[in-house]
Amino acid sequence: MTNQSNPNQMKPNPSGNGYKPGGLTQPPSTQINPMRRGLNPGAMMGRGGGPMAMMKGETARDFKGTMRKLIQYLGPYKLVTSFVILLAIASTAFSILGPKILGQATTKLFEGVIGQISGSSQGIDFNAIGRILLTALGLYILSSFLAYIQGWIMTGVAVNITYRFRRDIAKKINRMPLKYFDGTNHGEILSRITNDVDTVNQTLSQSLSQIITSVVTVVGVLIMMLTISWQMTLVAMLILPLSLLIVRFIVSRSQIYFKEQQNYLGHVNGHIEEMFGGHIVVKAFNGEKRSIETFSFLNDTLYSSAWKSQFLSGIMMPVMNFIGNLGFVGVVIMGGYLAVRNIITVGDIQAFIQYVRNFTQPITQLANISNVLQQTAAAAERVFEFLEEEDETPDIENLIQLEHVSGQVVFDHVRFGYSPERIIIKDFSAEIQPGQRIAIVGPTGAGKTTLVKLLMRFYDVNDGAILIDGHDIRKFRRADLRRMFGMVLQDTWLFGGTLMDNIRYSKPDATEEEVIAAAKAAHVDHFVRTLPGGYQMELNEETTNLSQGQKQLLTIARAILANPPMLILDEATSSVDTHTEVLIQKAMRNLMEGRTSFIIAHRLSTIRDADWILVIRDGDIVEQGTHEQLLAQGGFYAELYNSQFERVEIG
Amino acid sequence: MTRIARYLKPYTLLIVGAILLLFIQANADLALPDYMSRIVNNGIQQGGVENAVPLALRKSTLDKINLFLTKEEQNAVDAAYLLIDSHSPDYQTYLSQYPILAKEPIYVLKQLEQNQIKTLNPILSRGLLTVSFLDRILANPAQAQAMGKGLGFDLSKIPSNFYQIFANMPAEQRAPLINAIQSRFNSMGESMISQMSISAVKAEYSALGVNTTSLQNGYILKTGGLMLLITLISVTATILVGYLAARVAAGLARDLRKAFFVRVSEFSNAEMEKFSTASLITRSTNDITQIQMVTMMMMRMVFYAPIIGIGGLIRAINTAASMWWIVAMMIVVLVGIIMSVFSLTLPRFKLIQSLIDRLNRVVRENLEGMMVVRAFNRQDFEEERFEKANRDLTRTTLFVSRVMVIMMPLMMFLMSGISILVIWVGSHQVAQSSIQVGSMMAFMQYTMQIFFAFMFMSMMFIILPRASISADRIADVLETEPSIKDPPEPKHFPEPFQGVVEFKQVCFRYPDAEENVLDDINLIARPGETTAFIGTTGSGKSTIVNLIPRFYDVTCGAITIDGIDIRDVPQHELRSKIGYVPQKSNLFSGTIESNLQYGDENATEEELQMAAEIAQAAEFINTNPDGFQAEIAQGGINVSGGQRQRLAIARALVKKAPIYIFDESFSALDYKTDAALRRALKKYVANSTIFIVTQRVATIKNADQIIVLDEGRIVGKGKHHELMQTCEVYRNIALSQLTQEELA
Repeated sequence: MTNQSNPNQMKPNPSGNGYKPGGLTQPPSTQINPMRRGLNPGAMMGRGGGPMAMMKGETARDFKGTMRKLIQYLGPYKLVTSFVILLAIASTAFSILGPKILGQATTKLFEGVIGQISGSSQGIDFNAIGRILLTALGLYILSSFLAYIQGWIMTGVAVNITYRFRRDIAKKINRMPLKYFDGTNHGEILSRITNDVDTVNQTLSQSLSQIITSVVTVVGVLIMMLTISWQMTLVAMLILPLSLLIVRFIVSRSQIYFKEQQNYLGHVNGHIEEMFGGHIVVKAFNGEKRSIETFSFLNDTLYSSAWKSQFLSGIMMPVMNFIGNLGFVGVVIMGGYLAVRNIITVGDIQAFIQYVRNFTQPITQLANISNVLQQTAAAAERVFEFLEEEDETPDIENLIQLEHVSGQVVFDHVRFGYSPERIIIKDFSAEIQPGQRIAIVGPTGAGKTTLVKLLMRFYDVNDGAILIDGHDIRKFRRADLRRMFGMVLQDTWLFGGTLMDNIRYSKPDATEEEVIAAAKAAHVDHFVRTLPGGYQMELNEETTNLSQGQKQLLTIARAILANPPMLILDEATSSVDTHTEVLIQKAMRNLMEGRTSFIIAHRLSTIRDADWILVIRDGDIVEQGTHEQLLAQGGFYAELYNSQFERVEIG
Repeated sequence: MTRIARYLKPYTLLIVGAILLLFIQANADLALPDYMSRIVNNGIQQGGVENAVPLALRKSTLDKINLFLTKEEQNAVDAAYLLIDSHSPDYQTYLSQYPILAKEPIYVLKQLEQNQIKTLNPILSRGLLTVSFLDRILANPAQAQAMGKGLGFDLSKIPSNFYQIFANMPAEQRAPLINAIQSRFNSMGESMISQMSISAVKAEYSALGVNTTSLQNGYILKTGGLMLLITLISVTATILVGYLAARVAAGLARDLRKAFFVRVSEFSNAEMEKFSTASLITRSTNDITQIQMVTMMMMRMVFYAPIIGIGGLIRAINTAASMWWIVAMMIVVLVGIIMSVFSLTLPRFKLIQSLIDRLNRVVRENLEGMMVVRAFNRQDFEEERFEKANRDLTRTTLFVSRVMVIMMPLMMFLMSGISILVIWVGSHQVAQSSIQVGSMMAFMQYTMQIFFAFMFMSMMFIILPRASISADRIADVLETEPSIKDPPEPKHFPEPFQGVVEFKQVCFRYPDAEENVLDDINLIARPGETTAFIGTTGSGKSTIVNLIPRFYDVTCGAITIDGIDIRDVPQHELRSKIGYVPQKSNLFSGTIESNLQYGDENATEEELQMAAEIAQAAEFINTNPDGFQAEIAQGGINVSGGQRQRLAIARALVKKAPIYIFDESFSALDYKTDAALRRALKKYVANSTIFIVTQRVATIKNADQIIVLDEGRIVGKGKHHELMQTCEVYRNIALSQLTQEELA
């Protein structure tokens, strides 16, 4: 249920920017603006106008700084963007001239008619009208053309920025220390890469030009109105404060219900998710009635705020229309008065009326823009924040490169905690000889994987050192260090691709023969050949076309192919069928042959066979030794082990 | 859409009301351009003078006019006007209105019907025009010659006492001249004469001493007021429609959501699996929200578009029928543009969605496999995978955006172009006097209204299919009957309840599957005993226990409890006897306490504490500062898998059921916790019938009865040591887990 932007989803636009049912006059020229909102692909992508846009969204903590960064990020596109701004200004300016010029045509027509009536002229001067109309047509073509060029370029810029943002985030993910991801869930990062980037994209591709056109329209229309008559302009301006008051009133009202609606929608959806997800539990505990009761209550509450919210957000448009008409009548009266005195022409009045009707639209849009910008800044801020997170500490200079790794591992007074305040490994020392098997044992959730993470330098020790063949692991290149280990985790990770690609993951330049040889050693070959497509079978999203055990075997094959001097194995607790289980055991044994192996062990047999056992409790290594030594100690390990053999009657 | 239409039934009245209101709104909206054009035509151009029938005129003027009228026409005019002179009763009032009255008597128009004015209009406009024309000639003989050009005779020759001479002529002599004037007027056309005579009326008004400005303002105010009134009607109608639409849409969504939820609550596992939980959630959230929005939009705009479109067409044709082709052309081009743009982009919108999914998948995989990626140093590979997904997405988005970007300038151009065309064609018609300038303006407004109506209707064709997909997805669920139902005449378990569960030749097959998952299952489980199921994955061991609470029904054979077929008792009664711990330990949001109480709402604090202790959950509950009041997030994600499992066990224990089912309920527990839990459990549920499904031999080594399953059949039944001897499958499983020594 992530709130991904969905271009397929067409959101209606209740504030009706695209369509004005109550529209009195739809003058041809500056009607551009409503069109801009109504027909744009982005408007359909979700943000659009609508009640949402009017709602105060989240705000950025550092608006100015983020915007500056965003402009910087435009990089080579800064120049193009300035050009686009010029185009937008030109396009809008040309279209604003339209009504005035068309008004001239009307005036000419009028004069002609009057002349015909009074007999003072030859009638209508079609040549003049034709010229004027052609001029207007030219202007409109030019304006449309410029608008298209502008849109064409700007979508290019926006899409490219989106692309770069996504690329940078993806690259960033791989450079960040693992620590960052402890406190951040995947959904959050995914949301940045889709939603937040999309918000920025939309602002760049639409809102930016909208801001420009709105401002230019307001200024231009104002100028045009003033050139026609300052008295009429004054009258037209009178409606502004009135409309502002009303907008504010309605918005503040609908905001309350809108929030409430979103709130309850969240509750209802949450309840649905929970109950459908736990369907079997609901049934088993006869919870249907309780669940429906809760649902009905939430659903009814949602209804009462939903209709109010919808209703109020729809009220704005007709009310504004009425106010617009109020201004219209005022202007017409003023115009009539002036026309009688021959101060202005009828065509001018006609043009003025069109200007008045186009005045409110960009103003409402501008009123929204601060919200849009805030949203954008908030989204961009999240993206930048992510990009600015600290990278893994860089590899040091004067690195050591080993020709041959024997696999001797020394823990030298290791001290570690995920945060400095919570040290879990207090003081751990051990010396592991090449080829030994080390079992890491402990109750669930004791932190058995911590050692693994330290060995591969996903985390650095706070104090002390880990040495491989006598060298501090921090003196290796991370890539080199990690190449020394083969890793098979219980949480089998495979990616969407063919089986061949998945095995080859550990050694990209492996030949097909090598892959198949590794597959055979891991007992994968046989079942792969029974699958449709064999090694070329594509794994689907949830990798449901493979069983858990098969996946485990694949990861073993992957590790065998890498042929590392050391191994990290995470034994599966269960959930594998017996046959596969036997295969896994065999495959693991093949793999461990002659390599230093760290095994997060669950099977008693594995533990007993280990050369050395590390017992973990609450993250710390509390005991170490061989099986016999530890049993003799009678400590935590002994307790753990013996619990297995107590004669418990129940099962 | 039709499949969920019945849920609209309660709202029929509201919908009909909304449609009626939409008609009112459409009519008001369509009337507005007419008032606009009247303000421009009459108010501004004609200075507030609507027609050639003056409200008042000098007696001298009317006398002159009468000279050029036939007898009948004279009578008609005389009947319409009232003579006012200094003796008239209302002399003072009229004097203030028409100051000329002080010098000469005047005629004032009586209250007339609309059609009377219509008859008088041509008569008076002809008369007024003739007289004003003559007056101008008489007043300015010098220019007369020029003005008369083309008339066929020299106007300057008209004597200055023309009216007197003309009046004294006998009627027969006057007739030819009157006819000549009449035919000349006929050639000019009614509309032109009417417009020309307006200025004569205005001249007459100034002669009367009338304040023409206030006359004009009065007209504009009156018409403007009417316009505002109509807007008010339109606004009221719009708001009311909005109100009705909001109630219907939100109401429909509420009803659908409720029906949906109740229906899903009745579903058995078979239906849940058929639709999948994720899909059911999307259907009940996104799809219903979609329906709500579309309903709202339908009522407010989609119904409205055809009304105003057709209304606009009618009015446009009435205003200037000769320009119909412009409208037709506009519609064809408009619909053509929209359709082609959308046919080009719509399929790609779907593609974009799947590309976004792919991009997300790559990122998600990268995040989930962070350790593996880094362990194998494959960051570059991941970036490359992302790069490819990103590039594909970018390319398609760019294409779609660029096609969509063309829409706006094209539409803008179409609208402007149409306006220019209307002015060009219209001005010729104006020149031919077939329409007035104002009508042309009105026509332009109508075309714009039609433009938007058709634009909207085209959009509707794009939106509706999408909504109907949502509707179908909802209807699919609503129309699905749950496969497991209570019997019409339910039986009840005998008292006291024992809990002897018996499988009699049970077989089971998943719906739509080709083969049985379980075959020929016979077993008896008794109170106080533990029956354990073990087998490889896919052997059907989980399926068996899911048959007991009737999550599925057996395909053949029967399961009885205390001798009663479980299909004969109400589901509620059956499940009230069973404490069930699912494979996936689902917790609900709330507190630990509320989760445990899900087992028994009336459980006391001691009972909860007790259950927690047995389930080995007490330790971590008590170390939490909030104890039993600790928050549990949705799905229980804020506690570890092992803790979740222990809480799920505690929840079942709170129920104190005579039958317990543990479906791989110890898998997330380490051996130590597992053993401690089973030890505690043994004492607590000593008299219950217990079923355990597991893969761990250690967990069930001491069970009273172990059932070994292989490919849906029972291949071994007995105690651990017996099975070690007799059952090959069991021995294999055991050997893989424990060393020989431990197994002994």
